[in-house]
Amino acid sequence: MSRIGTVFEGLRKTGRKALIPYVTAGDPEPGVTVPVLHAMVDAGSDMIEVGVPFSDPMADGPVIQKSGERALKHGTGLRDVLQMIRTFRTRDSRTPVILMGYANPIEAMGTSLFVKEASHAGVDGVIVVDYPPEECEDFSALLRKNGMDMIFLLAPTSTAQRVESVAKMASGYIYYVSLKGTTGAGHLDLQDVEKNVQRIRDVSGIPVGVGFGIRDGATARAICNFADAAIIGSRVIQEIEAATPATAPAKVKAFLSEVRAAMDEGE
Amino acid sequence: MQAVDLPYDLPDAAGHFGPYGGIFVSETLVHALDELKIAYAECRADPAFMAEFEYELKHYVGRPSPVYHAKRWSQLLGGAQIYLKREDLNHTGAHKINNTVGQAMVARYMGKKRVIAETGAGQHGVASATVAARYGMECVVYMGSEDVKRQAANVYRMKLLGATVVPVDSGSRTLKDALNEAMRDWVTNVTDTFYIIGTVAGPHPYPMMVRDFQCVIGKECIEQMPAMAGRQPDAVIACVGGGSNAMGIFHPYIPYGDVRLIGVEAAGRGLASGKHAASITAGKPGILHGNRTYLIQDANGQIAETHSISAGLDYPGVGPEHAWLNDSGRAQYVTIEDGQALQAFHDLCHYEGIIPALESSHALAYAAQLAPQLSADKILLVNLSGRGDKDMHTVAEASGIQF
Repeated sequence: MSRIGTVFEGLRKTGRKALIPYVTAGDPEPGVTVPVLHAMVDAGSDMIEVGVPFSDPMADGPVIQKSGERALKHGTGLRDVLQMIRTFRTRDSRTPVILMGYANPIEAMGTSLFVKEASHAGVDGVIVVDYPPEECEDFSALLRKNGMDMIFLLAPTSTAQRVESVAKMASGYIYYVSLKGTTGAGHLDLQDVEKNVQRIRDVSGIPVGVGFGIRDGATARAICNFADAAIIGSRVIQEIEAATPATAPAKVKAFLSEVRAAMDEGE
Repeated sequence: MQAVDLPYDLPDAAGHFGPYGGIFVSETLVHALDELKIAYAECRADPAFMAEFEYELKHYVGRPSPVYHAKRWSQLLGGAQIYLKREDLNHTGAHKINNTVGQAMVARYMGKKRVIAETGAGQHGVASATVAARYGMECVVYMGSEDVKRQAANVYRMKLLGATVVPVDSGSRTLKDALNEAMRDWVTNVTDTFYIIGTVAGPHPYPMMVRDFQCVIGKECIEQMPAMAGRQPDAVIACVGGGSNAMGIFHPYIPYGDVRLIGVEAAGRGLASGKHAASITAGKPGILHGNRTYLIQDANGQIAETHSISAGLDYPGVGPEHAWLNDSGRAQYVTIEDGQALQAFHDLCHYEGIIPALESSHALAYAAQLAPQLSADKILLVNLSGRGDKDMHTVAEASGIQF
């Protein structure tokens, strides 16, 4: 079983839900990322999504856009991100790491080279925002062959037919985008999210994580009443924004510890 | 010259032109694109829709646009005869309106009350604001904050037409960032909003739909050239940024195997300077704005900042069908630098009394290079895609003149 599968299996046995924070690699400077990843684990995160900076982040709201711009000022590219994960792995061989980003940096590196390097670096899964399943069949097959999961997204606008076909191809977990919009946007309609998560569960046995719009422990906890994982991105980036490079890991740890505590309350 | 039957019926059902094109968008937009695909197919199959589109092109846009023989300029250049397809004479001053009329009609058919658009120089923004006013729709135009500064007159035109212009401060603050922001708006307001993309790029079905609406340019030429010049041209020349005016004039000529198709990209301050916008000539394939195509990018796959004196060509990608026409050899892509385009701009002003857009001046400049190498019985057809009134400030500045 993959590291992602193992973690979800362990959580299921203890009746807990996964906390999956997101961080843009290289924000605000390259040296900050690995300490932030360890701080995330220390705070009780179960796996981590690591964002690959891209010049044209079409699906992201202003907070993650700016984090990408800060990272790009230091020229942080896909190869650097893989190096950060290699470094992280020297101290942590247990926590799954999922790369999240856009297709072009991967295609610029070459998909087979990327898969090889990502596998060596210790990446467990990949989310490519602008790779719908039908445009990346070869790529996801290659990932799976090398022991990594291709994590697909589903959205409020996904039709029943599409939920079914994406669920069939998905592995690791399904990332349910909780609202129409970009990352970090607006307020969640919990009833609507629950209904849609149930729609996915009806056709798929793999875990469902919910992201976009989760801002604190309370929303994470509410989400986890029906989902398997709460994914938090923009709100984590805001902690880093408000910190100095030196204090960022501690700030992130404090924030995520609160979220973790809220998620575990009353269990 | 006879039309040759080529096996050309691209894109395929998934929007691919060979390895290019496709649908590379976030999941939230997949359904919206499916709906658009279906609605557009229904519109195309509806004779009443097509008849209304033709009526609008004739009575609102002012089509057909003439083909004009630039005799004096041809004679001075001393070679092939240059003919100009006068898209500059359309309502709003460029070819852009052909497409926005079509898309606004599709938006109306889909029951969308709000349209959004991206714009660089402002021509597509003006054309979108124009049709939004014409059809009674709310219109929001995204424009890089750098371009808002450079194109103040067009910003005011859009406001006069009732549109809201939103300056975009992210990234390089130009056309590509305006497109990113328009995509973000669309993903957020996808239920009631129609995105009018201005060029033959973006996710399927946009490259096909925009091409289809722009093909009126080439279809008219095929009818007009025998009457004007006695036959079809030896070469058709058009500037290529995203490539909508070029695709509009090229596509109907694809089956005419003897007609060379030449796309002219912006070499800016020279390809070696790195300050250019020549995606096919100097870029490599990648994925941006929903499709796979040639992109100007660095080794990490980050999209590079581009430069052209013409804001409409200042874009790091190109329509996927152009990428395919290049690879398949059916069209050739060449480059023209800022200075050469300016020279052609001034020459057309002086010798023909026509002020061309700086975008179109790139195509003119290449025709001026090619014509003297050919005999006087050869025929070049240049798509004069827009008029140059919007470029007064840029040209004056390049000549060291201040208003």
